[in-house]
Amino acid sequence: MLDGLLLGLTTVMTLHNLLLVFGGCAAGTLIGMLPGLGPISAIALMIPITYGFEPASGMILLSGVYYGAIFGGSTSSILINAPGVAGTVATAFDGYPLAQKGLAGKALALAAWSSFAGGTLAALMLVMAAPILAKLSLGFQSADYFVLMLLGLSLVSAFSPPGQYLKSLLMTCLGLMLSTVGTDLSAGVQRFTFGRMDLIDGISFLLLAMGTFALAEAVMMVLKQGEQTKPVQLDGMDLRLSAQELKSVAPVITRSSVLGFLIGVLPGAGATIASFLAYGFERNLALDDEKRQFGQGSLKGLAAPETANNAACTGSFVPLLTLGIPGSGTTAVLLGALIAYGIQPGPRLFVDEPGVFWSVIVSMYVGNVILLFLNLPLIPYIAKLLQIPRQFLIPSIMFFSLMGVYLVSFNTFDIQMMVIIATLAVTLRLLEFPMAPLLLGFILGGMLEDNLRRAITLGDGEFSFLIERPVTLVLLGITALVLFNPLLRRGVTWLLERRAGKL
Amino acid sequence: MKLLLAACLALLVWVADAAPIETQDEVHFLIPAGPGGGWDGTARGMGEAMLKSGAVSKVSFENYSGGGGGRAIAKLIETAQRQTNTLLISSTPMVVRSLQKIFPQSFRDLKPIASVIADYSSFVVAADSRLMNWAQVIEAFSQDPRSVKVAGGSVRGSTDHFVFARALQLAGMDPRKVIYVAYDGGGKAMAGILTGEAQILSTGLSEAIDMARAGEVRILAITAPERISDAPDLPVLRELGYELTFANWRGFFAAPGLPEARYTQMKATVTRTLASDAFEQVRARNGWSRLHIEGDAFYAYLEKQEAEIGELMRNLGFLRN
Repeated sequence: MLDGLLLGLTTVMTLHNLLLVFGGCAAGTLIGMLPGLGPISAIALMIPITYGFEPASGMILLSGVYYGAIFGGSTSSILINAPGVAGTVATAFDGYPLAQKGLAGKALALAAWSSFAGGTLAALMLVMAAPILAKLSLGFQSADYFVLMLLGLSLVSAFSPPGQYLKSLLMTCLGLMLSTVGTDLSAGVQRFTFGRMDLIDGISFLLLAMGTFALAEAVMMVLKQGEQTKPVQLDGMDLRLSAQELKSVAPVITRSSVLGFLIGVLPGAGATIASFLAYGFERNLALDDEKRQFGQGSLKGLAAPETANNAACTGSFVPLLTLGIPGSGTTAVLLGALIAYGIQPGPRLFVDEPGVFWSVIVSMYVGNVILLFLNLPLIPYIAKLLQIPRQFLIPSIMFFSLMGVYLVSFNTFDIQMMVIIATLAVTLRLLEFPMAPLLLGFILGGMLEDNLRRAITLGDGEFSFLIERPVTLVLLGITALVLFNPLLRRGVTWLLERRAGKL
Repeated sequence: MKLLLAACLALLVWVADAAPIETQDEVHFLIPAGPGGGWDGTARGMGEAMLKSGAVSKVSFENYSGGGGGRAIAKLIETAQRQTNTLLISSTPMVVRSLQKIFPQSFRDLKPIASVIADYSSFVVAADSRLMNWAQVIEAFSQDPRSVKVAGGSVRGSTDHFVFARALQLAGMDPRKVIYVAYDGGGKAMAGILTGEAQILSTGLSEAIDMARAGEVRILAITAPERISDAPDLPVLRELGYELTFANWRGFFAAPGLPEARYTQMKATVTRTLASDAFEQVRARNGWSRLHIEGDAFYAYLEKQEAEIGELMRNLGFLRN
């Protein structure tokens, strides 16, 4: 393994390849920052440039673009509540409130460090255990994915503000319902498309997120104009975290790295789901007074999804490199690139092309380091964006979010749909319905249904698949634990108090 | 007077006909899907070969997704007047989707230029599967259809599904008993047989061949008319006694009402590109099989395929009318 790392290092540490990592990260960050444009478009556009390169150099450039795009996406999530990439939607839940409190610099710095830590820890896990993990990921069947999504849904309380649990449940249901729009995979029929060609592929997650967050937020800013007319005051430009903050965030980052990496390894999940799950788990693990901060600008709530999405991106390289199976749209594009270079990923890649295998892994790491050093010095300047007077900031947010959605599909229908969604979202927000549970229901809904129906078909119409395999049972157990966690806690406190009273 | 008018008209037609159409210097590719898929890869590969071979001096690409490809077709028809440089990339699913009435148009509403490459269907099992050959698949299915569940990377009723069903029907089985498990994409369907939850995978040969070379899966049969040179050890269904050949072509279409001279020129541009070394490089890099059928022959090929697929889908109960 050490030989491999050395081989990788010698490949990457040439001036040419370092420049490529740098260029890839910079280009990826810029594209990722634009709301709507994500890593898939960024990579697909870069592939033709790499045809003349050595395979290792090509992959180095492309993985730089991949990480850069995910990283850049978090910047627009935090500053203007407009997620640039689906994987950074959960970053906005706490990142945006932090920025509104004037802590934009700190939030961006924490996002940079979390991404760095998540990427680093995940790269380490990849080096140590890729082949074993790839085997393990093949133990995960449709039934297990179904229960995993169920587990995700059971975390809904984490996405709801205190005291609004019923409203949160309603919004989750609305999200689940919206996810049924489009062609039904298992039956091949169209549902709720109203005969419109534009709805055949369903509603895009990013469009929904931009409509309910960025666009709705811009409208809310106008509505609240009377209350607050001055731009956000930036609290110095303090990028540093205090020792105490660091201490509270460190375990979150460690846990989220592991969780994000493992979810990323599964071919049927991905960075978006990883970030939602990490956010939910951290909220459930937090102490009561910390819990209340979630959604209001909690450092933990920002660190968890930011770490998890980067770790998951690294994790998704495990099935790609060791099995040749792309788990996400982005890795499918990367697989196409590898095949175009004449390299077949799979169990033999490690043996046949050690140079490519190791240099991809080393370049991931170098990419993470470069992203950190590329972005930390820029943060004070990027954060100044918020000091633009509101009468300019609000229209620009509207322009960029509408433009971002249009640039993905070139479909005016998408713009109309986004405006309708934003109007609905504003109405619901004025009635104090939270938006995050809607997104949770939507992102999990499609996979929940597809996997459930696959599991039922595979199980010949019986529901016994739920108890047939240990993986499913363990996941069901965790789900039950999460679901009844508050009851259990209350029970334990009650028991402890009673015992204390007796003594 | 009438004579004069007729003469004028004749002159006009003659002038229009003889107007020198400059050699084609620009091609615009309209891709009915987002970046990164099969259509996108083929169009961009073709564009690259056109530039490198000098067939044209400028290419541009436009990703216009939605409606299973229907939006791009509608756009090409609506703006036909200004789309004289445009080539729309499409493939067999276009025929299937018109039949399913997912979009109202069909290849008849466009000007077919040429098909360029083809991918055959393949039936794949995991390396450790107990199914060793196609005969065993039929044997297992005849005993218990539930023991041979078939995974595919697209919706129920799409090519992955009906090609497999048809192959079993030819062996005297009831195609409606086929249990098809739909996955969201070929990669996840491949994982479906590797995890052991499905027993067999129906997918494009190009998506399975590299995994088979790596020894992770075995390909039991393909739907090519005869053994292919890239992988001569793969049995074709025809030699096993089942008359089923099926090719998923990928090809190009121009806007309806394209002037005849431009049409001829477009065909020549494609032919010239396909003959170039640049295209051969792109083809080899991606593992594509050539299938060059142009113009009217392509139209006839599409009509034949539409009739075959239509009959197949009606037989299998996937189409109501």
